Amino acid sequence: MHIELQKRPVPSTLYAVLSPFIALALTLVAGAILFMALGKNPFDALYSFFIEPLTEVWSIHELTVKAAPLILIAVGLSVCYRSNNWNIGAEGQFIMGGILGSLVPILMPGFQSWLTLPLMLVLGMIGGAAWGAIPAYLKTRFNTNEILVSLMLVYTAQLFLDWLARGVLRDPNGNNFPGSIRFSEAARLPEIIPSQGSAHYGLVLALVAAVVVWFMLRFTLNGFEVRVLGANPRAGRFAGFSQTRMAFFAFLLSGGLAGLAGIAEVSGAIGQLRETISPGYGFTAIIVAFLGRLSPLGAIAAGFMLALTYLGGEAAQMTLGISDKVGRVFQGLLLFFVLGCDTLINYRVRLVWRKATAPAGGQA
Amino acid sequence: MDIAQNILLTIMTAATPLLIAAIGELVVERSGVLNLGVEGMMVIGAVCGFAATLLSGSPWIGMLAAIAAGAFFSLLFGVLTLSLAANQVATGLSLTLLGLGLSGMIGESFVGSAGIKLANLDIPVLGDIPLVGRLIFGQDPIFYISLILTGGVAWFLFRTRAGLTLRAIGDNHASAHALGINVLKIRYLAVMFGGACAGLAGAHLSLVYTPQWVENMTAGRGWIALALVVFASWRPWRVLGGAYLFGAVSIGQLHAQALGFGIPSQFLSALPYVATIVVLVIISRDRRLTLMNTPASLGQPFVPDR
Repeated sequence: MHIELQKRPVPSTLYAVLSPFIALALTLVAGAILFMALGKNPFDALYSFFIEPLTEVWSIHELTVKAAPLILIAVGLSVCYRSNNWNIGAEGQFIMGGILGSLVPILMPGFQSWLTLPLMLVLGMIGGAAWGAIPAYLKTRFNTNEILVSLMLVYTAQLFLDWLARGVLRDPNGNNFPGSIRFSEAARLPEIIPSQGSAHYGLVLALVAAVVVWFMLRFTLNGFEVRVLGANPRAGRFAGFSQTRMAFFAFLLSGGLAGLAGIAEVSGAIGQLRETISPGYGFTAIIVAFLGRLSPLGAIAAGFMLALTYLGGEAAQMTLGISDKVGRVFQGLLLFFVLGCDTLINYRVRLVWRKATAPAGGQA
Repeated sequence: MDIAQNILLTIMTAATPLLIAAIGELVVERSGVLNLGVEGMMVIGAVCGFAATLLSGSPWIGMLAAIAAGAFFSLLFGVLTLSLAANQVATGLSLTLLGLGLSGMIGESFVGSAGIKLANLDIPVLGDIPLVGRLIFGQDPIFYISLILTGGVAWFLFRTRAGLTLRAIGDNHASAHALGINVLKIRYLAVMFGGACAGLAGAHLSLVYTPQWVENMTAGRGWIALALVVFASWRPWRVLGGAYLFGAVSIGQLHAQALGFGIPSQFLSALPYVATIVVLVIISRDRRLTLMNTPASLGQPFVPDR
């Protein structure tokens, strides 16, 4: 048996809409099989994984806390991937944004005004963008593979943060525990409805970023450039668009948004600089970007979906006693199915049994 | 003198998993496929090798299980990128993400268990030759496999007809298809070979290097292996040189950490990653040379027309 692909004359608009949902359905089926293999009732397991976290107010708040960084990062990555710039180091840019933004409340704890928070957020963006500029510069100047460089910079950033949180930025009165002093109120990203739960204004930042970038892609010349250079670099060159400038634009934008997500996480959800500040948001956001079909608005829906896998993993651990690693398995499976289903957009897919094709296909 | 021999031994041990994974990926990329899932296949190999060793009591069975697991896992990538013509970069990434998640789940009950080390070769007289005895005659079995693999792949790619076919596919899949070569079949085989190698490299980590299971124990080695292939400009013996260079860097930073020097350990730990970037920049600086060496259809999907 093999699979035969037939190119569609025009990409199917039907499957462009349907493919993420088919992928979700397939992930659920695969998940049910996985839970059965672990000896659990698949319906109960899927319920506690995907539905239960949505039944309580506080856990919906938690959902937005997890979704905000995912959306912010994925919006930037969508622009990157569309323009054929493979930034997979958002995790590192997230960390560097968190570090640079945190310097304000850690080094100047007395500086508490309405300016504190905006300054932190801007520094966060600068930190992420600067870290993202490295692979862009090396790619455009030395032709160096941006995938490998941006990834190596993740490990470097993680070690740098570890050193800061255990060394120079450690709270001197913290009994030798790693982590900085706790931020003052003025340096905390406020919660939206403090009486109900933990959702903070990072979500608002994420939604605004998604809409702004969507508008930019859809209605401005810059957005047109992104789409042309991604779909057909040759045509883009003839139109006078510069690939070098695009690489910088894509990396600075995605790095800046990842950095903003980083400082929003530190200042909103955590409240101090710790030796780790991300449960892999930068990598999960890659899945968000693809599930959202590389559209900033799609990233919003996809961000909530992936945030659910984080909560579901925790819920599955508590109520079912299975590993919270299941969440990460779901994330990986989902990306697999999304990429597989995207084939349906450009190709007709036929399963061919060898015997039936023997006259036409030869011994293939 | 014993110290020199010991340092050389540790360098070789640190280099072996990089070498094996990179040699596998080299064959994959020579066939025109870019599989960024090395890290994922490696970590799957590490956990399956460790689990099978504990369950069967034999590290040899563990090693075979790791090879099989790596090859099987790479099939997922094959189906998506070859049969369904999906984006290779994104699919490779998803293989890595899935592998890291899956291995964490499989390995959860093995965290903290004592492993069984794949025993070193022990030849009574030859192993006692001063200076080189243990280097040549007293290492772990996977070390010898890595050398055989390097030589074998070099011979296969440049001295056999099948190797020529594989390189032809990597350079121009449309022409190869027109000549009647079954492009997808050979690419499937190459991808599975790469998966098997990555699995074996993972087994080296969990059965030889540190005989235990720790989550994410590959720690970016799969990515460094990918960089090594570029560094070696797709030539097997240069991969060997590159792997030993990186082995020396990572062992050197460990020794530096032990000695102190007042440099924070995190900076030294970052050294292999920074070195990777520096080496990549140096190698890819000459655009013309890179273009000449890179398999021309690397990363491009191929859909046979009928």
